[in-house]
This record gives sequence, structure tokens and C-alpha cells, in this order.
Amino acid sequence: MVKLVYFAWVRERIGKSQEDIELPENVVTISDLIAYLCTLDEGYAAAFTEPQVIRAALDKTHVLHDEAIGNANEIAFFPPMTGG
Amino acid sequence: MMNVTNQDHNNLAIRVQIQAEDFDLESEINHLKQFGDIGGITSFTGLCRDEAGQLSALELEHYPGMAEAQISDICHQAFEKFDLIGITTIHRYGKIAPGENIVLVVAASTHRQAAFDGANFVMDFLKTDAPFWKKEHLKDGSSGEWVAAKDKDDAAKDKWR
Repeated sequence: MVKLVYFAWVRERIGKSQEDIELPENVVTISDLIAYLCTLDEGYAAAFTEPQVIRAALDKTHVLHDEAIGNANEIAFFPPMTGG
Repeated sequence: MMNVTNQDHNNLAIRVQIQAEDFDLESEINHLKQFGDIGGITSFTGLCRDEAGQLSALELEHYPGMAEAQISDICHQAFEKFDLIGITTIHRYGKIAPGENIVLVVAASTHRQAAFDGANFVMDFLKTDAPFWKKEHLKDGSSGEWVAAKDKDDAAKDKWR
């Protein structure tokens, strides 16, 4: 099981702030995971309409979409950050 | 070299706080004065704008844990790059009304340029690399838009490369 966490409008479109899921065997990278989630329901599809704008983090470290998920415990998806 | 691994926050030359409460500039300046022979301290305070009177509040959401880690990393980079004597960053979350404080960066150094540059550097990286998101709440009671990231913020960061 891996924990998925969502923030801002990604969270709103998916309709939850976190969940635990079992990763299918063919999901290796962040991109694979996004493609898989989009098949689950239209909330995910709406959140990832433009996957290139979505930022991802593995165990609270920012990563690109081609990064392998490996043994991460927590995967986060969120819009571009607007700190300060 | 300052001891930056000390767990006591009152003794940290690099101090990062993510909090709902407001902060006090005077006490943060005084905090930094204990860390050496300081020639200058600069501070930047970011406030919530009222956007032509339409905004009742901004709601700041953050990623707990990652926010602290990212801002701490940015502050450590500034500390090393500009040879600072101390740096403090406080970022608030939750509902913040127009005119209220959002963020504070205070940098202390031997000479003024490093303090100016250190605070400037931290703010430029906070904008794009700190996991915060801002949702507008409007005066008519409706929920406004999420504040979008700006290309000019990415450009501002590039000047330090």
C-alpha cells in the first residue's frame, strides 16, 4: 500500500485529501500512476487534464514525472506552488 | 560556523517556522542579534493584498513536513551562498485577511549586501519551491479562484543561477 496525498485544486477535483491504494504492477513511474488514476473516475481525469502542470513529490521530495516510485511511502500531487 | 543542528529553536542561526499565528518583526530581529558581529539585518514582510476591495481573505494551504523541509533547504542555501550570520523565515498558513502578514524573511550579515541578497534569494525561491497554495475568499461570500503561479516568479529565481 502507498499513501497518496493531494493539495489545492487537485484535492478539490479528486474529492479527497488522501487515500491508500495498492499500486498495479505495471505502474512504475509517476507518469504511469497518473495514467492509472485517470482510469478510475472522472474526478482524477479532471485533476490530471493537463498532467504537465501537475507537480509531484515522493516522500516530500519534489520529483519529475519520469521518476520511478520505488519504495516510496507517500506520493503527493499538487498544482504549481505559490508560496511567499 | 554556527551550530545549525541545535534542536533548541532559540539557538538556531537558521530558523524556519510554519505557523498559523502572526509573527513579531522586532523579536525576530533581536533573535538574530545573538549570533555574531552583525553589520546589518534586512527584513521582508509579505502581506495579503485586498485586490481592489473584493477579497475577504486568502486561505493558505500547505504540505506539512515538505513545507518545512523545502524552506529550510532554501535558507541553508542562502546561508552558505551569502555567508550569512543568521536567517529566519516564518510562513503562515490558514485564513489571512487583507493587510495581514503572510511571510517574514530576516537576514543578518557582516555587510549589508549579503543581508539584502540573502532575503531576496529566499523570497524568490519561496514563491516557486515552497508547497503553499492560496485560495481566494470573496467579500460576497463566494469562493474565488486558486491563485495561479506566475511565469515571472520562475524568471526571478533564474537570476541566481
